Amino acid sequence: MTNIPNELLYTKTHEWAKKINQTTVIMGITAHAQEQLRDIVFVELPSVGKELKAGAACAVVESVKAAYDIFAPLSGKVVKINQKIQEKPQLVNEDPYGEGWFLHIEMSNPNEFDSLLNPAQYQAISESAHQ
Amino acid sequence: MKKTLLYDIHLKGNAKMVSFHDYVMPLYYDTIINEHHCVRKNAGLFDISHMGRFEIAGENALRFIQHIITNDAGKLKDMQVQYSPACNEQGGILDDILIYKWQPDHFMMVVNCANKEKDFAWFQRQAAIYPRVELMDVTDALSLIALQGPLSSHMLENTLGRKLDCLKRFHFGNFVWDDIRMIISRTGYTGEDGFEIFVNAQHLVKLWNLLMDKNCRSGLKPAGLGARDTLRLEAGLLLYGNDMDETVTPLETTIDWTVKFGKDNFLGKDALLRQKQRGVDRKLAGFEMLDRGIPRHGYPVFKGNEIIGKVTSGSFSPSTNKNVGLCLIKSSYAKVGEELQIQIRDAHYLARVVKTPFYKSKI
Repeated sequence: MTNIPNELLYTKTHEWAKKINQTTVIMGITAHAQEQLRDIVFVELPSVGKELKAGAACAVVESVKAAYDIFAPLSGKVVKINQKIQEKPQLVNEDPYGEGWFLHIEMSNPNEFDSLLNPAQYQAISESAHQ
Repeated sequence: MKKTLLYDIHLKGNAKMVSFHDYVMPLYYDTIINEHHCVRKNAGLFDISHMGRFEIAGENALRFIQHIITNDAGKLKDMQVQYSPACNEQGGILDDILIYKWQPDHFMMVVNCANKEKDFAWFQRQAAIYPRVELMDVTDALSLIALQGPLSSHMLENTLGRKLDCLKRFHFGNFVWDDIRMIISRTGYTGEDGFEIFVNAQHLVKLWNLLMDKNCRSGLKPAGLGARDTLRLEAGLLLYGNDMDETVTPLETTIDWTVKFGKDNFLGKDALLRQKQRGVDRKLAGFEMLDRGIPRHGYPVFKGNEIIGKVTSGSFSPSTNKNVGLCLIKSSYAKVGEELQIQIRDAHYLARVVKTPFYKSKI
């Protein structure tokens, strides 16, 4: 059973998000996602200021074997990136909900936040992905 | 999808299984990086039963083999192994194979999984001109595993209860333990000392368990195809389908030394001789990334604005902690020290041509 914290919201594509104030969310990838990828050896993040569209690729993580797109859970502007995971990509494996966070996004359409998946919905998805 | 006879053991070992050509194979059990380091430091056990195994017998066996490969099997002593490409008339590489000589009229071959059917059909057609050559596909009857790493000889000696000093690199022999008969070859695909062990299918599970049970305390772990790929790349060994295929000749790669123009006619000789006289337009070269970024198969390679070739293999290299790869590029740029750019997604990143192997173990 993978770790799906209650205080976060999720996407079908295995990202998590949480409001840090009225307009800004922090996001990363889920424990399930990092377990599937295993050895994360490279992370490419967008630059601060970049406009993201919900559901569009916003970052890349690479395992030893291959490169995978990470998708923006919400539309908005990148206001902060986690440089530490570019220098030490294994932080994403070790602490996906903590030190392994990816971006802070200033939401351009806060309504999108309400359409994210709650933990129970995400659990159903990640369990079916296990089959 | 075909399963090897170790399928249930892989599942019990929590392997992440992936489809690899016709087979379901373990990609990793733990993580690719851990398995990679385990093979470099201790030893790893690989299921490579997906590879094709052929036997060739008959009084014209050697003449037939000399016809289909570019290397000189005439130089082989009994119980010795040789690596060679097999080429088509145009010099394109049909496959890269290992040839095992039992005696002048009896050989064995190990071929790539993806090429097994193609090779067998091609060899049968070529064998038709040689009377009394018998070609047999023994893949299903004879299983194959690899024990690789600096402790592998110690582990195998410990398991079999006998010394293996007599078995030199690129030699093989018959061995028996209990009622298990095996053919042990001191070869591998990792750049480490190691053994490839052929065993009758009915004894495979017993042998695998025996090796694991006797050696897990010395650090033996199962290793999957993921580590097999990073290990072979670091050792500068080529992967068929990535670094070479029927559109690439051996002279354009780093295995040009396997083409022996001094021997009698062989398939592709005329084309290869013409290419040698003319010089190759492109050449396979090793490179390491100077900028951050991981090169992957198919990424374009640039020199300034000019596209000069493609990445054929690329990965993070656990033993050097660098991102490295092989690329097939215009031969004028395939010189150690040359700086190139690799296009990763939509940006260009700096790389430098380096000598292969990227990593050399002390064997």
